[in-house]
Amino acid sequence: MQGFLLSRLAISMPTLLIVTVLVFGLQSLLPGDIALVLAGEENDPAGIAFIREKYRLDDPVPIRYLAWLVQVVQGDLGHSIKTQIPVTDLILQKLPVTAQLAFWSMLVALLIGIPAGIIAAVKKGTALDHTANAVGLAGLSIPNFWLGIMLIMVVAVEWGALPPGGYTPPTESLADNLAGMIMPAFVLGSGIAAVFMRHTRSAMLSALTADYVRTARAKGLFERTVIVKHALRNALVPVITLGALELGQLFSGAVLTETVFNIPGFGRLVVEAVFNRDYAVVQGVVLFTATAYILLNLLADLLYALVNPRLRG
Amino acid sequence: MTNQARPTSPRLLAWAAGLALAAALHAAPVAAQHLRIGLQEDADALDPHVARTFVGRIVFAGLCDKLVDYDAGLRFVPQLATEWQWSEDGKAITFKLRPGMRFHDGEPIDAEAVKFNLTRALTMQGSLRRAELGAVASIDVIDPLTFRMNLREPNPTLLSQLADRSGMIMSPKALRELGTGFATRPVCSGPFRFVERVSQDRIVLEKFDGHWDAANIHIQRVTYRPIPDTTVRFSNLQAGALDMIERLAPNDLGAARTDRRVRVAEIVSLGFQSLLINTNHGPRSETPLGRDPRVREALELSLDRQAINQVAFAGAHAIGNQPMPPGTEYHFADLAVTQRNVARARQLLQEAGVPIPFPIEMQVINSTDAQTVGQIIQSMAREAGFEVRLSSVEFASSRQSQARGDFQIIQIGWSGRMDPDGNYYHNLHSRGPTNDGKYSNPAVDRALEEARSVNDTARRQALYREAAGNVIQDRPRIYLWHPKWIYAHSPRVSGFAPNPDGIIRLRGVRMQ
Repeated sequence: MQGFLLSRLAISMPTLLIVTVLVFGLQSLLPGDIALVLAGEENDPAGIAFIREKYRLDDPVPIRYLAWLVQVVQGDLGHSIKTQIPVTDLILQKLPVTAQLAFWSMLVALLIGIPAGIIAAVKKGTALDHTANAVGLAGLSIPNFWLGIMLIMVVAVEWGALPPGGYTPPTESLADNLAGMIMPAFVLGSGIAAVFMRHTRSAMLSALTADYVRTARAKGLFERTVIVKHALRNALVPVITLGALELGQLFSGAVLTETVFNIPGFGRLVVEAVFNRDYAVVQGVVLFTATAYILLNLLADLLYALVNPRLRG
Repeated sequence: MTNQARPTSPRLLAWAAGLALAAALHAAPVAAQHLRIGLQEDADALDPHVARTFVGRIVFAGLCDKLVDYDAGLRFVPQLATEWQWSEDGKAITFKLRPGMRFHDGEPIDAEAVKFNLTRALTMQGSLRRAELGAVASIDVIDPLTFRMNLREPNPTLLSQLADRSGMIMSPKALRELGTGFATRPVCSGPFRFVERVSQDRIVLEKFDGHWDAANIHIQRVTYRPIPDTTVRFSNLQAGALDMIERLAPNDLGAARTDRRVRVAEIVSLGFQSLLINTNHGPRSETPLGRDPRVREALELSLDRQAINQVAFAGAHAIGNQPMPPGTEYHFADLAVTQRNVARARQLLQEAGVPIPFPIEMQVINSTDAQTVGQIIQSMAREAGFEVRLSSVEFASSRQSQARGDFQIIQIGWSGRMDPDGNYYHNLHSRGPTNDGKYSNPAVDRALEEARSVNDTARRQALYREAAGNVIQDRPRIYLWHPKWIYAHSPRVSGFAPNPDGIIRLRGVRMQ
C-alpha cells in the first residue's frame, strides 16, 4: 500500500508541472494587455511602462514561466496584480469558503442521489423509478443560474426566509453561515445528485442481477441485507470515482453558483483574474486546485480498496 | 422501499432540522448603524496613489480624506484644507490645513505629512497620480498648517485633481512602516478606519471617533460588498441583505420605484458614452469613415439617441452630443443634438461616393448593455445605407485594440471628471493619452492648451465652446448619452445625496 501511494504521488509531480505549463501557455495566448487595463482611464505612459517592467510583461513567456516556477519552489505564489494581496492569502481566504460549499453540496448530492438511485434500481419499472428518473433529468437539465435566481426571488426576496447570498464566516455567526449555505448547496448539489442517482441506479441494476446476489438471496438473507451489504457495496465503486471527480470540480470553484449567490470562492476568483489578466492569481489557484484534484483522486483509489477488498492487492 | 431508505432517514432529518434552525436563527438583527453597500465590482489596491477603479474611489470616500472636495453643484468645499489661495500669476497655490487633525494611527495631519504624500504621488514608481500632478514643480512647507505648491505653469485643473485620489492624505508613518503592504492595511485620514478586507467579499470600515467631522458621521460601521450581477445586487437589497446599492440597472428602475422596501436616488454623471472613430491611427483609419467627415456625419444622422436611450435603458440616461453633461457650466446648450435624418444621411453617403450598403466594423464590449446598444445602432445605420458588423470583445482586449489603432469604431465610455479638462484634453487633444483615434485638429489643440492654463471661467467657457463646436463638426467621437448614477437604498437610510461624480459620501447619512 505504501509503495502504491508513493508511486502515485511521484506520478503526480509531472502532471502538476504539465498543468502549470499549459495554463501559463494558454494565458500568454490571450489577447489584451494587462498594463493598459491596470493603468486606468488616464493611460499614463510612465505608469504603463512601470507595470510592464514590474510584472515582466515584456519578457518572453518561457522566461516568465521559469521566474514564476523558481518563486513557487521557494514557497511564494506572488501577489495579485490587481489588489496587491499575496496569492497565498487569497487562496487561504477562499479555501474555507469553497471547501464548505463543496462539502454541503456533496452532502446534498449524496443524501438525495444515492438513496434515489437505489430505490430506482430496486423498484425498476415502477412509478417510483420513473419519478426518480424524471426528477433526475430535471436536476441535470435545469441551469444552476436560473434555479439560483428563482430561489433568491422566492425564498429570499418574497418570503425573507433565507439570506439571498453572501458568505458569513462560521466564526462570526454559525447560524448565518449555515443559512447562507442552504440555497447554494441545494442548487449545486441537486445537479450532482442527479448524476449520482443515474450512476447508482445503473450500477445497482447490474449488481442486482449478478450471481453473488442470487446466491445471497438463495441463502435466505433479508432483502435489505442483500441490497445494502452485497449489491450496494460493489455498486458504490464507480460512484466513488465519480464522487471524487465531482468533488475535485467543486474545489476548483462553481462559478455560476458563486456569482448568483455572491459567494467569494475559487470560481469567482479565477474568472475575475482571467478577465483582469491577473496571471499570478490564475497560476496560483490552478496549481492549488490541480493539487487538490490529484489528492482527491488518490483518496478515491484508497477508498476503493476499503470498499472492495479484492482491490487491496 | 422503506427498508432501504431507513438507514439514511434519521440523518436526513437531523440535517434538515439543523438547516431549519440555521434558517430560523438567520433573522438576527443587523447592528443599528451598520450600513451595507453593494458595489458593482471589487475595489483594487487600497492605496490612492496606485488605485485605478471607480469603486475604489467609493471606498476611499470613507477611508481617506482629500485636501478639498466638491459638492453636488461641483463647487469646491473644504476637507483637510480649510482655505486656499492662488498667486497672482496662477503659478502657486497656498493651502491652510485644519488644526488638530489626526490620522487613524494617531499621528498628526500637518503640512509635512501632506508634503510627504504629494511627493510620494509625484515620485513613487508605479504611481498613477504622476500625470495628474505633473504641473507641480515643488512643495514648500511654510508652517505646520500651511504649505504652498509651486507650479511649472498655471494649471487651474490642479484643484480638481486634489479633490480626488491625488489629494488623498495617508499616514506617512504607516507608509514608511508598511511599504507595499500598505494597500492591504491602509491607514488614512477619513471618517472611517480600515477594519478588514476579504477579496471579492467585503471591505469593512468603522467610524473613526478622532475625525475632525465625526459629529456629522452617524454610521458606526460600513461594509462594502462587491456583487457584479445587477439582478443579484438588487435582490440582495430587496431581501434586506444590503442597505444601499450603486448602479441599479435602468431596466430595474420600474420595479424599484414600485417596491416599498426600496428608495431610488439618481443624478446625471460627469461621464459619457460615445462612438470613438479611428480617424488617424494607422492603416485602419484609412477608410472613407476615417477620412471623409461626410461619412461620419451620415452615421450620426442615422442615429436616434432618444430611441437608443429608451430601448436599451428605459429612458434613464441623459442624451448628449458633447463631453460635459447638461447642468454643468461647461455644457453648451446652443450646440444642439443632431436629430435623426435618414434621407440626408443617404444623400451624404452618395456624395461621398462610397458603395451602398457601406460596410463598417464596430467593436462593442461583451456586456449585455453594450451589445444591445450595438444592435440598435446596427439596425438604425442599416436604414441609412451602412452595413455595420458588430465585433464583441471583452474589456482587456478592447483596450489593446484601442491602443494599437486596431479598430474602425469602438463604442466606449469615459467615467468623467469634474474639471472639463479631464473630459476634453485626454480624449481630444492630439497628444491626449486616450485619444486613441489620434484625432488631430490644431484649433482644438490650441483651445484645449489655453483652457488648461487660464483661471478665468468665462475665458475657459469660450475656449471649450470653441473646441466642442469643432469636435461636433469633425466627429472623431459621436457623443451619445451621459449615464445617470442610479442608487437604490432601503427606506431606513436617510440623508444620502448623490453627487455627479458617483461617489457615495457618508457625511450626514443615517440609518433608522
